[in-house]
Amino acid sequence: MGNENRIINGLLKLHIVLCLLFIFAPIAGSFVFSLNSDRFPSLPLGTFSTDWYRAIWEDPLVWQGFGNTLIVGLTVAVIATLLGFGGAYTDFRYNFTGKSIYVALALLPPTIPVVIMGLAMLAFLSRINLSGTTISVIIAHGVMCAPFAMAIIRLRLSQMDPDLEAASWNMGGNQWQTLRYVIIPFAKPAIFAALFITMAVSFDEFAVAWFVSGLNETLPVKILGFLQGQVSPRINAIGSLAFLSSMTLIILAQLLLRSPEDQKK
Amino acid sequence: MTKRPTFFSLILSLPLLIWQLTFFLFPLLFLVAISFWTVRNFQMTPDLNFGNWERVLSRGVFWDAYLRTFILATAAAAITSAIAFPASYAISFKMSEKAKRWMIFILIIPFFTSYLVRVYSLQVFLSDAGIINAAFAYIGLGPFSMLNNAFGVIVGMVTLTLPLVILLQTFSLNFVNRDLIEAAHNLRCGRLRTVFAVIAPSAKVGLVIAALFSFILSFGDFVSPLYLGGGNPPTLSIMITDFTKSGQQWPRAAVVAIMMIATLLTTAFAAITYAYKERGK
Repeated sequence: MGNENRIINGLLKLHIVLCLLFIFAPIAGSFVFSLNSDRFPSLPLGTFSTDWYRAIWEDPLVWQGFGNTLIVGLTVAVIATLLGFGGAYTDFRYNFTGKSIYVALALLPPTIPVVIMGLAMLAFLSRINLSGTTISVIIAHGVMCAPFAMAIIRLRLSQMDPDLEAASWNMGGNQWQTLRYVIIPFAKPAIFAALFITMAVSFDEFAVAWFVSGLNETLPVKILGFLQGQVSPRINAIGSLAFLSSMTLIILAQLLLRSPEDQKK
Repeated sequence: MTKRPTFFSLILSLPLLIWQLTFFLFPLLFLVAISFWTVRNFQMTPDLNFGNWERVLSRGVFWDAYLRTFILATAAAAITSAIAFPASYAISFKMSEKAKRWMIFILIIPFFTSYLVRVYSLQVFLSDAGIINAAFAYIGLGPFSMLNNAFGVIVGMVTLTLPLVILLQTFSLNFVNRDLIEAAHNLRCGRLRTVFAVIAPSAKVGLVIAALFSFILSFGDFVSPLYLGGGNPPTLSIMITDFTKSGQQWPRAAVVAIMMIATLLTTAFAAITYAYKERGK
């Protein structure tokens, strides 16, 4: 690449910076607005204030929503990761007729628009009298999160030397022992990453939860309610806290996924 | 290797299959079924009635919304792809491996922020008395109307899909054979021409699929049209929420949903056929 052109490279860099600015301005804005006294922030910004955080701290409905979010998120993470692990191992280990259908069925849910998922779930769950319960949110989020868990764990399994399993069998380990002592330890970082990422996905999902949750609203559904009501910077305060918790989960997942490679080096 | 499945393999593979069949495929099929049901006194009764289909499909409001949604999503996909491409190109071809990994990490972050919160924040940026118009006012311009119109909706959709499109484009550009570019340069192919005649065609599948994802997400999004577009006139996804939340017209909502899925499948099929066309030749 001898003929590097400085002007073009500079413009490309500028373009990336603008893209990132566009992507992150709303996120950064929400942080700034959450610490701003104005109900409707504009330039020049108002004074520094933690009123919105106090408002959500003192709102029992927010706490209730937070509780629901936490219960749903933790349960969904465990269910989705277990399902995803099974699916990932099946895809890794076995060949069978209809496998592509199996994989497609497992991975398709994120491509269906959330309104349609929400409607389908609502219609189905209310038919079996589960609509409006926390369980219904868990079921719906399980469907939406399992593909992510499966993809993450599958990726890790594909880095595994297939001879490892054979070696374990040769040394007399049965399938269960191989799973327990070879595969799970190898996939462990990905399993934890899947737990954290599915939890983060569930924490932020509002549309399907809005359809099926009834009165057991999760926090994102509460935010949707705030949005429909009057302008309220409480959204920014909740959003900032949610962002920080999601980011903590993602960074933990990232560290877990990266560490084995770094150890190798 | 066609043996009888072992107990072990079934324990691992079946839970996911059963879960997705029961809670994903079945609800979607059930949606098709209820589109033929009737609603009396706010109660759905099983039926084989084409009335919902007739009522929805014969109304101009539905087709207006359909066209609007389709155009908005197409525009969003085109604009997002156009904005993303130079960025993906720069990430893939101009950055070190380490910088690339950082960019990918940074671009994943938005997936884990609440889209609702971002849209609310965008309202503050875009409104008539908002941040951007205040900034314009300093230099004596505006105010520009950027909220409750198509511009607002597109901004929201681009916000939603840009990170994903950049990531997908970058991955596909990473697979472009670097020797091809070297060869093009040796043959005195200009920079821009190399991009359009060599790089874009060899990354075509990835570029088309990135645009397709942008289309799918934008087509189904109800938050941008509602909170940045004002919700009136409605898009298809707003129609679904309206039919469902007020009036209990689930069968009609189901009709709209099936039309949406049919459109998405057709578009996806067309896009993928286009993406793989002429490659084997």
